Amino acid sequence: MELLQKLEILADAAKYDASCASSGTDKRDSRGAKDGVGSTEGMGICHAYAPDGRCISLLKILLTNSCLFECAYCINRASSNVRRARFTVDEVVRLTLGFYRRNCIEGLFLSSGIIKSPDYTMEQVIGVARTLRETHGFRGYIHLKTIPDADPLLLEEAGRWADRLSINVELPTEAALADYAPEKDMGGIRRSMGRIRLGIDAAREKTAPGRAKPRRFAPAGQSTQMIIGADASSDRTILRTSTNLYGSYGLKRVYYSAFSPIPDAAVALPLRPAPLLREHRLYQADWLLRFYGFGVEELTTDSSGNLDLERDPKLAWALQHREMFPVDVNRADKEALLRVPGFGVKSVGRILTARRHRSLRMDDLARLRISIAAIAPFVVAADHTPRGELDSVRLAARVSRKPAQLSLL
Amino acid sequence: MRNVVLAHEVDFAAWRAAARDLAIEGVPPEAVIWSVGAPDDLFAGTEQPPQPAAAAAFSVPRPLVELAQTVIQAREPERFALLYGLIWRTSRGEKRVIEDVTDPQVARAIRLSQSVRRDTHKMRAFVRFRAVEEEGVTRYVSWFEPDHFIVEANADFFVRRFATMVFSILTPYRSLHWTGSQVDFSPGADPSQVPDDDALERYWRAYFSSIFNPARLKVSAMTSEMPRKYWRNLPEAAAIPELVRAAQERTRTMLETAPMPKTAPTPKAATRPKAAQSLVEPGEPAIGDLLADTLPASVAALARDAAGCRRCPLWQPATQTVFGEGPQDAAMMMVGEQPGDQEDLAGRPFVGPAGQLLDRAIREAGIDRQAVYVTNAVKHFKFEPRGKRRIHQKPDNSEITACAPWLAEERRLVRPALLLMLGATAARAVLGRTVTISRERGRPIPLEGNTQGFVTVHPSYLLRLPDEEAKRREYAAFVADLTHARELLAELAA
Repeated sequence: MELLQKLEILADAAKYDASCASSGTDKRDSRGAKDGVGSTEGMGICHAYAPDGRCISLLKILLTNSCLFECAYCINRASSNVRRARFTVDEVVRLTLGFYRRNCIEGLFLSSGIIKSPDYTMEQVIGVARTLRETHGFRGYIHLKTIPDADPLLLEEAGRWADRLSINVELPTEAALADYAPEKDMGGIRRSMGRIRLGIDAAREKTAPGRAKPRRFAPAGQSTQMIIGADASSDRTILRTSTNLYGSYGLKRVYYSAFSPIPDAAVALPLRPAPLLREHRLYQADWLLRFYGFGVEELTTDSSGNLDLERDPKLAWALQHREMFPVDVNRADKEALLRVPGFGVKSVGRILTARRHRSLRMDDLARLRISIAAIAPFVVAADHTPRGELDSVRLAARVSRKPAQLSLL
Repeated sequence: MRNVVLAHEVDFAAWRAAARDLAIEGVPPEAVIWSVGAPDDLFAGTEQPPQPAAAAAFSVPRPLVELAQTVIQAREPERFALLYGLIWRTSRGEKRVIEDVTDPQVARAIRLSQSVRRDTHKMRAFVRFRAVEEEGVTRYVSWFEPDHFIVEANADFFVRRFATMVFSILTPYRSLHWTGSQVDFSPGADPSQVPDDDALERYWRAYFSSIFNPARLKVSAMTSEMPRKYWRNLPEAAAIPELVRAAQERTRTMLETAPMPKTAPTPKAATRPKAAQSLVEPGEPAIGDLLADTLPASVAALARDAAGCRRCPLWQPATQTVFGEGPQDAAMMMVGEQPGDQEDLAGRPFVGPAGQLLDRAIREAGIDRQAVYVTNAVKHFKFEPRGKRRIHQKPDNSEITACAPWLAEERRLVRPALLLMLGATAARAVLGRTVTISRERGRPIPLEGNTQGFVTVHPSYLLRLPDEEAKRREYAAFVADLTHARELLAELAA
């Protein structure tokens, strides 16, 4: 099979993985180097955007899409009629370096179907990373998908070459995983995440001067992905699982992937794709949990435990807690400001800086690029007090924009 | 009126020198006209030697200097005057004007800097090189059209990344060349100087098309981050119109194609782990009777059974069962409270901070840890999630009771001569009653099965003590207890 065809098949097979991040790793570059290529400097770069709006930062491919497992949601499951292909190590290396030298990518995100055994598969994936780093002096970003319960020594080597490691938890509950991915086991996934966390922590440990530096291990941390809408789990269940994973394994990100129809779908799957809007709301809630001081239970108050699809979770919360408003932008503490719909973490930071110099008026907030219409009912400023809007039954309608038609069908 | 003529669009050194001199001289912003010499001369002006600080010198805060370095790259003729206005105000007593982010001038400068930064980021993202073979050397050439004057400031980034390559980035106003050892700038160029194609672009387009998911078409999200103005210089953009056009059709076909019959895995309800069972009451049958027909014959087999334990709800948020470890014929067994954060991640008892303290104390007491069987009263980590951390929580009686059969089996298999209980939870689990450690520590308590019990504190208690004096005292008492336990064991063996 020609390389071009392999690339088409093995990129197509990789596209259901949402992650394409290339941020947060250690700094390195190629100045003064005799050979090799590449640099990383903290912030990742999105080199292109596909018409699905997703960033293309890494060459995201599978080593092979042959797979022994029978995960109902996956296009590459053993029983699928999809065309199979397998790259050689050298082919992946050539594509990665070729695209990198043309400034198309930040690096490689390599995953694989399970062939022969988990350990064998993991060895193949590691082989590509080792060749890139050792033989070709590649200093770009590498993200490796980790096979759950692979040998700890393999995990250790993966962490040495990779910037990021990830294991997909796939579904929000153990029961759903047992239903849809019979060969996968939540316990194994969690044990591997625990092991990765210990590796990352050990590599970050400060060492006394004169003592050997700890071995490099996945400096950009670990992440995971959950498929949304394939099983019946509520948003509350999903977000509880995320909270647990963030807290237990120090994950950088939990990616939510609205279940998307795949060719040759298994009958166990729902017929309709999950609305992309639900995925979007989960990301918003995830942000509120991590950076805004919200808790899962206060966001998912709906009787079915789901987020409001109509409006973003922060606005939904504010409408249910009108007694907390208005918030005085000149006096309120950071926590209270963060809860105002329309204020982001950055704008709150700017408000706190600016109000040391002057008593803020609505014009000042407008200059910080804050939407005055969105915040007006919820804040007090030097020249503004909301007039009864908070008590108005029409407030919800006024501040909620019609949701964009994100779902195609 | 004063005229200042800068040598080129990003002549920061000359702007800075002029701004300083004008401010010291007391020339207000409205009395200065800034311009760039025509045609611009990129080799002039940049080598201005730093001038000695004048008597009336004033200092400019670092953030303002950095802001000016960015804003000067903006394609905005007013930028020199705007920045001088901020310098002027800084020199006239408004030392912290830069922090007043809602001030109209400051806000305007910040907005320009954001626009420059975005353009800079887009250049790093959307430059595409084509390879040309020239006299045995591969040269990489790109054509890019920036909004602002960002080529000079961006040179370092491309050099850091592609230092081992020979490359040129051509733009309408300025071209950047890296020879492999030095940076050269030349005047603007035109796209005809870039080769038409590159062997790899076909592959890149194929990748771009294949990684796209037609079921998630969202053109506006793409164009907001990759506006159309960039498309003509991106090889992959040629594929976009057809991908968008065909997306709906592809998705519909996918949904209408009936699932293949052979791909019908029925939900594996039978293999699903059992939901959490109700808590067992004291006096329930031994765990072996609950889980298997025969009693586990070894600790290893027992640990395998315990790995799937659902006897209380603690398994759910935890990573794994942390079972005891050590020789099955150990004469001494130590029971702690429950695994902590580190133990939960590693799957082994006493490897975290308390475990390390225990190791130290054990060594000082002359006990060989390898010869001790170490376990916990409760085998799952109980915690309260708090942000990115998990805060340890004491197990309650129902959890101790639910876990008791595992401990009973460990005791049955190991049959230790001495059983050391670390802390109140362990003591409760073994003795079945509330124990006040201070009253009962350090003396043998006979247990069934020819085992002597012995109570002391849990090492995490020592970690929690606030003052150093108490820590030292309590640690010494702990080591004394352990030493006593070792002597007791020697007597029992004799």
